Amino acid sequence: VSILYIVLPLALCIVGVALIGYLWAVRSGQMDDLDTPGVRVILDDE
Amino acid sequence: MTALLEAVPAEVLHRPTTVPCAHCGAPGGGSSDATTPAFCCTACATAYAMIHMHGLGAYHRFAERRHRPVRASGRAFAEFDHAAFRARYVRVSDSGVAHVALALEGVHCASCVWLIERMPLLIDGVISAELDIRHSRASVTFDPAQTTLSAIAQSFDALGYTPHPFRGGDQALLRQREDRAMLVRIGIAGAIATNVMLASLALYAGELSAMDAASVRLFRWICFALTIPALVWPGRVFFTSAWAALRARTVHMDVPIALALLAGAGRGAINTLTGHGPIYFDGVCALVFLLLVGRFLQARGQRAAADATERLFALTPANAHAVQADGSNLDVPADAVAIGDVIAVRVGETIPVDGVIIAGSSALNRAILTGESTDVTVGVGDEVFAGTVNRSSPLQLRVTASGEDRRIATILTQVEAAARRRAPVVLLADRLASRVVTAVLVLALITYLIWVQRDASAAWDHVIALLIVTCPCALALATPLAMTAAVGRAAQTGVYIKGADALESLARPGILLLDKTGTLTVGDMTLDAWDGPDDVREQVLGLEADSTHPIASAFRRAWAGVATAPVTATAHTIGGGVRGVGDNAQLVIGSPAFVSAYLDAPAAPIPAAQSGLTPVLVVRNGRLVATALFGDVVRSDARPALATLRRKGWHTEMLSGDDAGVCARIGHKLEFPAADIFAAMTPEMKAAHVQRLVAHEATSARPRCVVMVGDGINDAAAIASATVGIGVHGGAEASLATADVALTKPGLRALVAAICGAERTMGVIRRNIAWAFVYNSIGVALALSGHITPMVAAIMMPISSVTIVLASWCGRTFVEEEQ
Repeated sequence: VSILYIVLPLALCIVGVALIGYLWAVRSGQMDDLDTPGVRVILDDE
Repeated sequence: MTALLEAVPAEVLHRPTTVPCAHCGAPGGGSSDATTPAFCCTACATAYAMIHMHGLGAYHRFAERRHRPVRASGRAFAEFDHAAFRARYVRVSDSGVAHVALALEGVHCASCVWLIERMPLLIDGVISAELDIRHSRASVTFDPAQTTLSAIAQSFDALGYTPHPFRGGDQALLRQREDRAMLVRIGIAGAIATNVMLASLALYAGELSAMDAASVRLFRWICFALTIPALVWPGRVFFTSAWAALRARTVHMDVPIALALLAGAGRGAINTLTGHGPIYFDGVCALVFLLLVGRFLQARGQRAAADATERLFALTPANAHAVQADGSNLDVPADAVAIGDVIAVRVGETIPVDGVIIAGSSALNRAILTGESTDVTVGVGDEVFAGTVNRSSPLQLRVTASGEDRRIATILTQVEAAARRRAPVVLLADRLASRVVTAVLVLALITYLIWVQRDASAAWDHVIALLIVTCPCALALATPLAMTAAVGRAAQTGVYIKGADALESLARPGILLLDKTGTLTVGDMTLDAWDGPDDVREQVLGLEADSTHPIASAFRRAWAGVATAPVTATAHTIGGGVRGVGDNAQLVIGSPAFVSAYLDAPAAPIPAAQSGLTPVLVVRNGRLVATALFGDVVRSDARPALATLRRKGWHTEMLSGDDAGVCARIGHKLEFPAADIFAAMTPEMKAAHVQRLVAHEATSARPRCVVMVGDGINDAAAIASATVGIGVHGGAEASLATADVALTKPGLRALVAAICGAERTMGVIRRNIAWAFVYNSIGVALALSGHITPMVAAIMMPISSVTIVLASWCGRTFVEEEQ
């Protein structure tokens, strides 16, 4: 039982970190244009 | 640009045999000696030279690139360097670097992104160029000390991406902010929902295998702690919207949603505190997440269509050729022209301001303002209006009004006012919402009354289970999903739909008002009948070869495959005709009045003159050899399309600015009864006619929707007044901007496709609602009988949502080819 009191908050922390990463990505504009970056990488110089 | 052209060897251009063009791959290039590249046109050669001169040859090895010849406008873009342009569209940062957003024409695939983003290699002084392919918008950063904006614009143009200033900057920023806020809400709701569901799963598993009380308590409190932020932050939108509806004494979808969320969370909180009973938090969080996704998709779908019209808006002419004191022309932004300035208007250009002609005479096409298909001859002293097209010879105008004072701007203001006045359509989902609310509340009461007598402590649990299970998820999620899927698919087939209400209105037959010029007809002068020997055709083409007159272009369009005889034009008479010599003949082409002077014997009068067609006679060596009749011809697909629509039950009417004769001829061909043809309608009359019909239908027992289909500014007010306004391909920006539906394919088949697609979309939505009804009935039955345990609720919720999502997404709505 006692392990739950450590693992659960830890899991929630990980979720929190992932969520902060996502919020940062949205706010820095990475989700604004989902079409262009995809085609940008497929054509490379030479 | 000329320097680049010189870089292409002269023999590369225009060689006789057909090999694919080295730039665009179109057939009809040059020779096939395989060592030097061949091109289909000078524009492609220029673009090719420009790309290779800067070491970007990789472009031509991409498999996916533009397979269309480059269409460069060849303009100087001098207005891009004007102070007024700079003040409005260019942003200069503190470091002296300038930023500008340009809307580009002709952007379409990955290689376009590659090429455009390598602009810094093509022009010194460009620091970066970024393309947003969905919006065809390039953000260019450049150093104003090293290059000019006009040079950048010329380079874009030479590559076939004709640039225009992007005008919706503020709006785009606002939308971006809204979009990001929505994504943030969805992210938070999603993260919380998944974790609460995981914790609940542990609880359900624990119920089966006797979990110890401390762990159960821990999991319940964790769910509770996670649910509170989900409701307070992302879930708040439902509560505020439901509260606003209640305050306005109406009910919409958000009221039962807010009720279910509140009931579930409230009961869950009490049960968590007391330590027994179901907690419902998983259902509540999943609901918030799924509904937010539905709402986001809905907003995005509407936005895609708005973006398309915005893009069209960006393409309106923005420059005027101001005549300087020394007689030269300088391109300036149309907004920067002052009253009293003199501007030049070239052949084929749209007049950017209102003004009075001070030099030249020409034929003007005023269809955009009046809907007349025939050109009007104007001369010195005549007043001309912005938006009309100069068709035959250069003019100089003294400006009398520019910017917001122009007549076209005034009409646009009326259009906006009409759009604002329009009563909103009550959607199927909204109509159902109020009934759903009543039904749910009544059922909740019944459940309570049944259970309070048997087991008072369980009564509340059963009521809340009922509220959660009957939450109108299907209405709130499935309807926007089906609409979004349909709108997206419609856009792929060339039908841009702005509002969901348009889809719903089009699905039921109503009154269809069609503009004549440009909608039912081609909208251009077209050769309708030709009576004369074949060799005359070649001579006519030879004589008209250098003319830009609409009649000349109509001849060329009609006889695209016919050879051209060597005939030289010797004299043009405005409003009369052309004379020329060659091929052992003296040729005269023109109006009956004009050619009569060259006839040896007077010709018989042309009977067709009364039928609304323009006659043109050909005289060779003093003898009348051929007669041509010109007019606006009916689109080839108009008849079958109208037949299909009439069979579906639509009542069709024709509105036109043209006179009764022309309208009667076209109307007869398209089987309109005389009572349904309205001729000589001004833009104001059209709008009034539409408003009268809308008002009449609103009072009738079975209101039909009034659909206006048109293409010009003259239709824009009528389109805005109609229940559903449809702008057709090639129409004026104003009509497209006010239209609920914009068709990007020519012809009426696109209209039939839009209406069939709308019918099928409503079919999908009805099917979804039926599904939801079945689910809810089962849920209600279980809740009433007290069989809804939290586990059953947790299983029923996602299953119903998933089936409905799948059904919406896979529903066959708009398809590529319509029968």
